[in-house]
Amino acid sequence: MTSPVKKRLIKFLLSLIVLAISILIIVYNLRDNIVYFYSPSELQDLNTSDVRILRLGGLVSTGSIQSETNGIHRFKINDGNEEISVKFEGILPNLFAEDKGVVVEGKYIKDELFIALKVLAKHDENYMPPEVIDSLKQTGNWQGE
Amino acid sequence: MYLKLKKSYFDVLDRFTPFLIIMTIVSFIIGSYFALYGSPPDYIQGDSMRIMYVHVPSAWWALMSYSVLAVSCTIWFITRNPFFNLIAKSIAPIGAVFTLIALVTGSIWGKPTWGVWWVWDARLTSMLLLFFLYLAYIFLWQAISNKDLASKISAALAMIGFINVPIIKFSVDWWNTLHQPASISKLSSPSIDESMLIPLFIMAFASLCFLITMFSVRLRIEFIESRISRLRQKIYD
Repeated sequence: MTSPVKKRLIKFLLSLIVLAISILIIVYNLRDNIVYFYSPSELQDLNTSDVRILRLGGLVSTGSIQSETNGIHRFKINDGNEEISVKFEGILPNLFAEDKGVVVEGKYIKDELFIALKVLAKHDENYMPPEVIDSLKQTGNWQGE
Repeated sequence: MYLKLKKSYFDVLDRFTPFLIIMTIVSFIIGSYFALYGSPPDYIQGDSMRIMYVHVPSAWWALMSYSVLAVSCTIWFITRNPFFNLIAKSIAPIGAVFTLIALVTGSIWGKPTWGVWWVWDARLTSMLLLFFLYLAYIFLWQAISNKDLASKISAALAMIGFINVPIIKFSVDWWNTLHQPASISKLSSPSIDESMLIPLFIMAFASLCFLITMFSVRLRIEFIESRISRLRQKIYD
């Protein structure tokens, strides 16, 4: 190996180390701000005295959806531990359903009510044809919701 | 800057091009059939999930192209072998196009599933950053007339930008995102049914054939251009 090549290799490795450390520090300190939504447990631990817009995500609780004729929907979002009631006025996305993932954007009022301005349906990583789900349900092997 | 590469190498590449084009067309026809007719709809999303067959391969090859770009820039930076500059310059616009396809198809998919065209979550934002990194790399070459300086600055950008690749890959695991976590990973069996996985792999293969075809054509163009600029320099000297 010629000397200039060795020199550049050392330069490259040194700058790689410096870069890696600085990126690690940035990402580590930003970790709370990069989060797109909070889970119900995280939201209750959070100091929400300031009424800023934030996002809450989790599963829609079974049997909690109540839709009124004037387009107001009430439902609960849970993460297995905590549950938060949500109120939303507007049209719900097509994939919105019980036991399915959802992300709501809005304001969290102190008395455990979340006023949602926007509702986003979150889908998971599972893809299956409907017939497979039906046969799994028939044989009692269906693990999902 | 002296190029040791011979024209005959690229003539060999050129002879493969028709074969690559045929491979691309045939695999796209087979893949499209299975993606649109030969596979079932998803049990929740219905037919809208079929956009996955374009979206997912595009995102894969966008990330792979950037890795090729960053690795060849690193090898150029250390060895100063101009061939690796040609590889980097050839792959950059192809990677940019794949990133754009992933972003646009993702947006079209997002509207019926999530209910929005775009959100600023970690996955989508880091993918948009990847697109800007590709653009910055391409524009740096055009903006700086001194070729040696342009090589150094663009290589530095490509190498620093590589940190974004693992961030894109793991963004869905590290942070809460609206984007779903990976359906296919090395550690667990895929959470996509086989009837959908096969069309996905055919489409991925088709996109890869397209990528290689474009790359071999672009590599030849970059080689000829570098020869022209070298000859021009000789005349001026």
